[in-house]
Amino acid sequence: MNEAEGPLSLTVPEPEFRPGDKPDFSWVAVDKAGAVRRPAYDEDPRDFRDLAFSIIRVLNRDGEAVGPWAGLLSDDELKKGLMDMMTLRAYDARMMTAQRQGKCSFYMQNLGEEAIGCAFGRALEPGDMNFPTYRQAGLLIAADYPLTSMMNQVYSNDGDSARGRQLPVFYSSKEHGFFSVSGNLATQYVQAVGWAMASAISGDSRIAAGWIGDGSTAESDFHAALVFASTYKAPVVLNVVNNQWAISTFQGIARGGSGTLAARGHGFGIPSLRVDGNDFIAVHAVAKWAVERARRNLGPTLVEYVTYRAGGHSTSDDPSAYRPKEESAAWPLGDPVLRLKAHLIAKGVWSEERHVQAEAEVMDAVIAAQKESEAIGTLQSGRLPSQRDLFEDVFETMPPHLLRQRHQSGY
Amino acid sequence: MPRRTMIEAIQNAQDVAMGADARVVVFGEDVGYFGGVFRCTAGLQKKYGKHRCFDTPISELGIVGAAIGMAAYGLRPCIEIQFADYMYPAYDQIVSEAARLRYRSAGEFTCPMVIRMPTGGGIHGAQTHSQSPEALFTHVAGLKTVVPSTPYDAKGLLLAAIEDPDPVIFLEPKRLYNGPFDGHHDMPVTPWKKHDLSEVPDDHYTVPIGKASVRREGQALTVLAYGTMVYVATAAAEESGIDAEVIDLRTLLPLDEETIVASVKKTGRCVIVHEATRTSGFGAELAAIVQERCFYHLEAPIERVTGWDTPYPHAQEWDYFPSPARVREAFERVMQEG
Ligand SMILES: Cc1ncc(C[n+]2csc(CCOP(=O)(O)OP(=O)(O)O)c2C)c(N)n1
Ligand SMILES: [Mg+2]
Repeated sequence: MNEAEGPLSLTVPEPEFRPGDKPDFSWVAVDKAGAVRRPAYDEDPRDFRDLAFSIIRVLNRDGEAVGPWAGLLSDDELKKGLMDMMTLRAYDARMMTAQRQGKCSFYMQNLGEEAIGCAFGRALEPGDMNFPTYRQAGLLIAADYPLTSMMNQVYSNDGDSARGRQLPVFYSSKEHGFFSVSGNLATQYVQAVGWAMASAISGDSRIAAGWIGDGSTAESDFHAALVFASTYKAPVVLNVVNNQWAISTFQGIARGGSGTLAARGHGFGIPSLRVDGNDFIAVHAVAKWAVERARRNLGPTLVEYVTYRAGGHSTSDDPSAYRPKEESAAWPLGDPVLRLKAHLIAKGVWSEERHVQAEAEVMDAVIAAQKESEAIGTLQSGRLPSQRDLFEDVFETMPPHLLRQRHQSGY
Repeated sequence: MPRRTMIEAIQNAQDVAMGADARVVVFGEDVGYFGGVFRCTAGLQKKYGKHRCFDTPISELGIVGAAIGMAAYGLRPCIEIQFADYMYPAYDQIVSEAARLRYRSAGEFTCPMVIRMPTGGGIHGAQTHSQSPEALFTHVAGLKTVVPSTPYDAKGLLLAAIEDPDPVIFLEPKRLYNGPFDGHHDMPVTPWKKHDLSEVPDDHYTVPIGKASVRREGQALTVLAYGTMVYVATAAAEESGIDAEVIDLRTLLPLDEETIVASVKKTGRCVIVHEATRTSGFGAELAAIVQERCFYHLEAPIERVTGWDTPYPHAQEWDYFPSPARVREAFERVMQEG
């Protein structure tokens, strides 16, 4: 039988490696640091469609920052960036332990992806608004949101500004440009576009940033966001964090036949860039470029951050059931903390000794915040939001039926 | 007889269905290689192949819409929405398409499919892992809605649902996945493996859709409950010393009105318990039916014990979740009358 005449069969993509396999990512096309050009803000997006298929990188193997995307941040800013990433890592480690101790119900860490939020946050101005997912705590750290406030949320204690109503890590802080996180994937991507449109309608100068994971780009909300952003040229940066995994599902399931997730932007005429998400300097430079375009009323930019989810999806997940344990180490883009550290050492403004000292400093800060937060309470003990709070904020004014229910509940 | 958790019973039902009928296909987020975040499809891909059990992109709309197309073609999709809280992107496909396909084509096209979804609270899942949206389905003409409360019923009802010629919404109370839960979150629960209600035969059997089960016989009052609340109501009956008859509805639509009516006519009192918010909840429908059909037998107003009319909280979960104490108070109120 001729192949064309054979029966149909269903294609179901598979990741290259499963538990027991030896991961080898030599096929991953990683552009040399400094190799990818930097378009002018107002360059016609049709002329740089190739940037959706390359990877913008700044930090090379020797720890040097090279190429057209380098040079925006001072040494002090870079050191602050390194400290932010280290703080996030230490914070995650402590909260993972706290979850095992029953002090919170659940936790989701950022391990391996610290550069993205920490560097992107540096590219925004006060008043700009992120519509983050649950894996962008780095934005809050970069915005100097107090660690104690973060922990109060994780512990659902009486200090939580959202009154213990949300799952741990679903933070919210308007003041810090961090929109209340929803647990429903992708819903907020299009809200970011709406927020940006509102800024344009109002003749404002503020811009918005939408955040989504690789897996969640499959939701219709993602496509709705892109068409609205494209049609109204909304001042928004549409971020896609491609950490290769969506719980147990590899990114090929969401990507399908498209070469890259960034290339999704092309169908909407949105300029789309792909960047090394583990390269703090590259993330910051690309973010700055996209933010600047938005601010100049040149419209949306789609940015795909290529990274790797080094930990489990959440404290409920054990990734060794679906991917090789060694995959994280084999992933070619390295560790964001180690890469920025190496750069600062190569520059002569950091050292191994200073790094060890910095590790102690960030851990001390995290532990001090934890003490303060635990003095208020954890999910297990101490002061929780009052039961009365359960009935607040459903509406601005409590309707009679709810008041009756509150009384019935004993409050 | 083998004992199974509710998860294992659901897995086993799909295994039996796939083994018996090549038209049965199973898919959803993380359902394939991994076997589902709750493990309800564990091993099925390995046993039946990737073309019959597979991972999907994260698009509930896509999952349900594709399943409708497959069902119309002649397959029997049994699909998983990872949490009921995530079915809203698929709601248009469920309400405007799956539910009405038979009607609008006068039977030319039909939609025999099952949409499985974990529901309910009690796991500290907050607003996006705890909802009980059953009334959003029972309100739609053309959908059957099933809520098992034991491993035995879960398997039998799931097989019946897969074999049903129409779309069935299959709500799995996730708090019951690993063991029954009587509402006392501060006391240990008996795991299914040590529980009498977990005997689940290996072979094919069905539990009919549309039949309730009397889970505790009693004379004093009738409790209408389903899912996790069956255990909460039973605990309230045991602890209060009030001789309540506990009816596990098992199917919400089509509803077994005869079992309900016979019981309420016998006891003359009725308490309805559900986790979902109160206003326009399924309890309102039950109360209406009971008063329509048993009015002259009622000795006291019908009571509802439900979740409060707020989004599902996190820190205050146990103040929201109907407790045996709240159910007991309702018992006492209906017993005081008449
Ligand atoms: C609408 C919706 N569907 C399903 C889920 C369950 N869920 C939570 S996280 C997740 C995977 C998301 O993966 P990705 O978008 O890649 O983000 P990552 O976790 O990798 O950061 C899924 C399926 C959800 N929260 N919301
Ligand atoms: Mg991902």
